[in-house]
Amino acid sequence: MSGPVTPKVLSVSRLRRVFHDTIAVDGISFEVGRNEIVGLLGPNGAGKTTTINMILGVLDPSSGTIRVEGVDISANGTLALERTNFAAVYAPLPGNLTVSQNLRVFGRLYGVKDLPMRIGELLDRFDLKDRKHVKCGVLSSGEQTRLSLVKALLNRPLLLLLDEPTASLDPATARDIRAKIREYAARDKAGVLWTSHNMYEVADVCDRVLFLSRGRILLEGDPRTLPREHGKETLEELFITVAREPLAFEQA
Amino acid sequence: MRFHRTSAIVLRQFYLLRGSPVRVLPLFAWVAIDIVLWGFISRYLNTVARAGFDFVPVLLGAVLLWDFFTRVMHGVTMAFLEDVWSRNFLNIFASPLSIGEYLVGLVLSSIATSSVGLIMMVVLASMVFGLSFFGYGLLIVPFLLVLFLFGIALGILGSALVLRFGPASEWLVWPVPALLSPFSAVFYPVSTLPHWMRQVSCLLPPTYVFEGIRAILAGGGPGGAAMAWSVCLSVFYILLASWFFSRIYRQAVRSGLLARHSAESVT
Repeated sequence: MSGPVTPKVLSVSRLRRVFHDTIAVDGISFEVGRNEIVGLLGPNGAGKTTTINMILGVLDPSSGTIRVEGVDISANGTLALERTNFAAVYAPLPGNLTVSQNLRVFGRLYGVKDLPMRIGELLDRFDLKDRKHVKCGVLSSGEQTRLSLVKALLNRPLLLLLDEPTASLDPATARDIRAKIREYAARDKAGVLWTSHNMYEVADVCDRVLFLSRGRILLEGDPRTLPREHGKETLEELFITVAREPLAFEQA
Repeated sequence: MRFHRTSAIVLRQFYLLRGSPVRVLPLFAWVAIDIVLWGFISRYLNTVARAGFDFVPVLLGAVLLWDFFTRVMHGVTMAFLEDVWSRNFLNIFASPLSIGEYLVGLVLSSIATSSVGLIMMVVLASMVFGLSFFGYGLLIVPFLLVLFLFGIALGILGSALVLRFGPASEWLVWPVPALLSPFSAVFYPVSTLPHWMRQVSCLLPPTYVFEGIRAILAGGGPGGAAMAWSVCLSVFYILLASWFFSRIYRQAVRSGLLARHSAESVT
């Protein structure tokens, strides 16, 4: 006898977004499960950030549904967002507050229990403890990125959205961060939606990838086997082909 | 409505004020300058006007109350603009915070900042120029309440306009109190105004406060019905402004304006 069906961390169904006469996202459907890291790949303008903005509730879809742990974001955004968090290079924390002040403010926004302990633990894990009383505006770009990740993990989100989380990190720190996110997804049974233009990183960290082009998902699969399935040596080669010749994949 | 989320907005404002003297100074510096300036003007007028008429409670009292109203409005708008200036919309609105909680947070922040200005003005006006609120009696409570509520309403309205028209539109918001002051009959009776301005005046809650003050100083008292009407009008404007903010926010989410405040959406 099978047990109760656990809802996916994220279920996106027939999601579409039109800006005037531009179709940014064209009826995409996908899911992210527990302990799963899904890469959302695509060239600039493919619709990745638009998709993330819709999942975060800051942009209404033209049609389609988004569910976080079974909760429809359009019906109960607050409940869905309590279980979600995100980090993006274009959303740094306010530079006029210190690291710990920002984390205390966002910790309250997300209703984090034992906040001082959680902040201390995460600052320690992301090597920011000695920057605790520094204003965020004077942190290096790498430190700001790590701080965004600390904020993103404050509420132990079931769904973690990461928009190019390692874009401004050096290779050693980026590898360290990837390991931490993988560890988080496994330990806290979280689902992660990860966008990146670094195909090495995607192959290293993602369990599954979705190739997005012109607002549509053209390919989906394991980043380690997908290139071979399409006659390519590497994920980067496949990415370039999808970006340059999307029609070939659409027809396929 | 969760208090911990609302308190986050207040805490953010507290940290900003604590860490920046540049933010603290305007809370009391401008109102102090106003009180000093109008205090001396009132004193001078007392020396040249007919004996027995005291300009201090009429002019200085009016300036004090009008500045309080202005500070309340600016308190709400400033707290909102902090999110605009620090490009924090995405972080704030992608959190579980509801619009109601956010607005209450802005209002509570404004209570704190406008109270600082009010205390400073009362201390200065009473100690240096002998202004006494006892002259207004207990009616000072509804007077302050009406100005506070209307200031909140205008602050929310101003924030909605900035959300709709972008950061540059803050320059339209700051002068709103100055725009309303001729209609609110702060320094003169409503009867001085031409008919069309009186029509506007009766829709502005502060008008009833300043008419009330003049009535008290003339030995009478404001009508209870007029004060009740001004409280109701202020509450109505708060509800209207909150509805307007909420509608502008929903439009910004629908159109993509909110997402564009932090990032390019079509990428």
